[in-house]
Amino acid sequence: MRVLTGSKPTRTLRALMLGTMLSTVLISGAHAEKVLRNGNDGEPQSMDPHYVSTVQTSRLTDDMYLNLMTRGPKGEAIPGAAESWTISPDGLVYTFKIRNHTWSDGVPVTANDFAYSFRRLLDPASGTEYASLLYIIKGAEEFNKGKAKAEDVGLKVVDDRTLEVTLTAPAPYFLSQLAHQTAAPVPKHVIEKFGKDWTKPENIVVNGPFKLTEWVPNVHAKLVKNDKFYDAANVRLDTVYYYTYEDRTAMQKRFRAGELDVVRDIASEQIDWLKANMKDELRIVPYAGIYDYALNTTKKPFDDIRVRRAMALLVDNEAITDKVLKTGELPAYSYVPPGTGNYTAPATVDWKGKPYAARVEEAKKLLADAGYSKDKPLKFTLRYNTSENHKRIAIAVSAMWKQAGIEAELFNTEGKIHYADLKQKNFEVAREGWIADYDDPQNFLFKMEGKTGPLNYSGYNNPEFNALLDKAALMTDLTARAEVLKQAEALVMRDVPVIPIYYYVSKQLISPKVVGWVDNTPDKHPSRFMDIKQ
Amino acid sequence: MTRYILKRLLGAIPLMLIVIAVAFFMMRIAPGGPFDSERALPPEIEQNIKAAYDLDKPLVQQFGIYLWKVVHGDFGPSIKIRDFSVAELIASGAPASIQLGLSAILLALMIGVTLGTLSALRQNTAADYAVMGVAMTGIVIPNFVMAPLLSLVVGVYWELLPTSGWGSGELKYKVLPIIALSLPQIAYISRLTRGSMLEVLNSNFVRTARAKGLRDHLVVIRHALKAGLLPVVSYLGPATAAVTTGSVVIETIFAVPGIGTYFIKAALNRDYPLVMGVVIVYGALIISLNLLVDVLYGLLDPKLRSNR
Repeated sequence: MRVLTGSKPTRTLRALMLGTMLSTVLISGAHAEKVLRNGNDGEPQSMDPHYVSTVQTSRLTDDMYLNLMTRGPKGEAIPGAAESWTISPDGLVYTFKIRNHTWSDGVPVTANDFAYSFRRLLDPASGTEYASLLYIIKGAEEFNKGKAKAEDVGLKVVDDRTLEVTLTAPAPYFLSQLAHQTAAPVPKHVIEKFGKDWTKPENIVVNGPFKLTEWVPNVHAKLVKNDKFYDAANVRLDTVYYYTYEDRTAMQKRFRAGELDVVRDIASEQIDWLKANMKDELRIVPYAGIYDYALNTTKKPFDDIRVRRAMALLVDNEAITDKVLKTGELPAYSYVPPGTGNYTAPATVDWKGKPYAARVEEAKKLLADAGYSKDKPLKFTLRYNTSENHKRIAIAVSAMWKQAGIEAELFNTEGKIHYADLKQKNFEVAREGWIADYDDPQNFLFKMEGKTGPLNYSGYNNPEFNALLDKAALMTDLTARAEVLKQAEALVMRDVPVIPIYYYVSKQLISPKVVGWVDNTPDKHPSRFMDIKQ
Repeated sequence: MTRYILKRLLGAIPLMLIVIAVAFFMMRIAPGGPFDSERALPPEIEQNIKAAYDLDKPLVQQFGIYLWKVVHGDFGPSIKIRDFSVAELIASGAPASIQLGLSAILLALMIGVTLGTLSALRQNTAADYAVMGVAMTGIVIPNFVMAPLLSLVVGVYWELLPTSGWGSGELKYKVLPIIALSLPQIAYISRLTRGSMLEVLNSNFVRTARAKGLRDHLVVIRHALKAGLLPVVSYLGPATAAVTTGSVVIETIFAVPGIGTYFIKAALNRDYPLVMGVVIVYGALIISLNLLVDVLYGLLDPKLRSNR
């Protein structure tokens, strides 16, 4: 097996290191190495943050790179490489003051590094999945789509420590976006030297609290403390391991045997056992995501609001969360999960709180109005991607529909086929989900915008809704903006192009030895704020 | 013999080409691509990414590019695990799979042949029934039941060995996966051995050997086993190829960093270059092991030697 490690130190260096280690031990008594062992539910994709699209990978890169904005102990966006900033009165120009700090090789981090990194993420030749994250920057979308040049992007390096960013619209979520894993700075001088190999442990250079020293595919990645990190004095862990586990049960067993301190996902089918035997370790926390069924509004009969409303009315959300899932998920009556930033309480469907029996009656009436009856039942295919839970929910929902005479045929495919068909609107009703990239209602509602493209699976295109989102995009008053967005969400809840089913929760096991773990909705837990009891 | 081996090796080239072509085009015919996910990409971005991987070119041209690269030893980059090339991933995973696989097959061979022979010698006694009963259970209980059980009992309850993981490749991490891998093989090999030994023990040349007054254990070891092992040897070719390229089940349950998981994961991820890489490795292994088996056959069976 090839273990990717840093180059071997020379003999003198090794002797020196040994000497230093010995003297440290003698002076400080026994400073035991502090190690945090994470069970990560997926293999990392890359240590190059611009190519990271899975949360499992972002856990590592978030520990290694310090964005302009970064994540605090509660998962909130806090100042990172930017020590301060000013925003122009029209909300369009952000001027960031870069903190005086260096890369792990001692080279200073400058405004140029950020300008380079943002342009690299946007460069069409880079082929990055998340380029659209920065489309809010002036000229960014045009550059990424090959219609403008890199210089046209609204990034201006005023001096080494000052970066000016111009936006197309006053987006209050811009700062939160900057904490996203793909908005990370990357070291130009290292990339130019090593090319694609710059992320190999022997080459990688970072500006965050930890640095990669070893990555064995499908086993683990090892990060060690970066002594050049600006706040290294307050980083208590020496080493952080991320062990890859595709199998939740195996990961859980390893936790039970005391070989892992943190497990980032549980085997849901063992929830009863976990609740009974590991209730102190088990953490079930609301997570910024929605699980729903998309109705293809571009196809008959789902272009008929009566049909869509009837289908939504019949879904008994509580029965699904309490009897089918049983893992603490909350029934969803809105599309934007409660607790989302820059928002008030979300707009809900109008039947929230109405007795289920009455909902069934209303649904039957709507279906009759739309021309469906026992002799002419509503028939369609409900598609879901492979997963035990998706299957159980699909069975439950089709049974709920059945009582009003709706005949849904279940159709299961693996994920790639599922989403390829959804993208091409090759479906009638399908399971989908969405997890927020940044903390703002816009990050949910944009999915229903007419101009969104393939990601708008339901094909919802309501001019009134589109206009409200356009209006909100230009607003700087957060309270008024939240109100406009809520009006927009209310339209979605009236028209139900998607049927909200439940809000996601994160399900994890945390050992009592772990100090500094704060449950939070973005589910971000930077190792920089963690400690471990020996 | 050398001519025979050379001929077989030459024949392997068109065979490998067919394997590569079939795998390449079947993979591409499958709907869904490497960049389809819950978060559908804007068309322009998807286009940029496809261009970065040459996936925007006509399929036949892509196949040509791929073949050209493979001939030059370049298996391309992995799409899903971007920081590694396919060759690096296979080089990093193959040793674990091969170590586990070879150990498991050797263990299975030793135990399986011994048990099978004992059974055959004590045909229809309690010992025979016991061994065959256990063997049947071994075949019937699938790996995905046996492996988690082993891990739970030995790792969690008894705390004797790690439940899973690989560490730095220490022996303690390998014991459970080897046992789990070898159990079905032991079962299968012991049944094969028993069957063919029974036949051989009743054949004329064994009777002759016995009539000459040769001692029983010499009859078995020197004469019967040599012939009795033929079916086991032919089974060993494909079995070794299958076991050394890693078992998805075992690797997932024990978190073993082998290449077995790539067969499934890479296919599900539509990580085209990685799928092709493991297919080529598996194909080459099967072809060479089958050749080895045929050579061994020749050594064991004089009737075959004269025909070549």
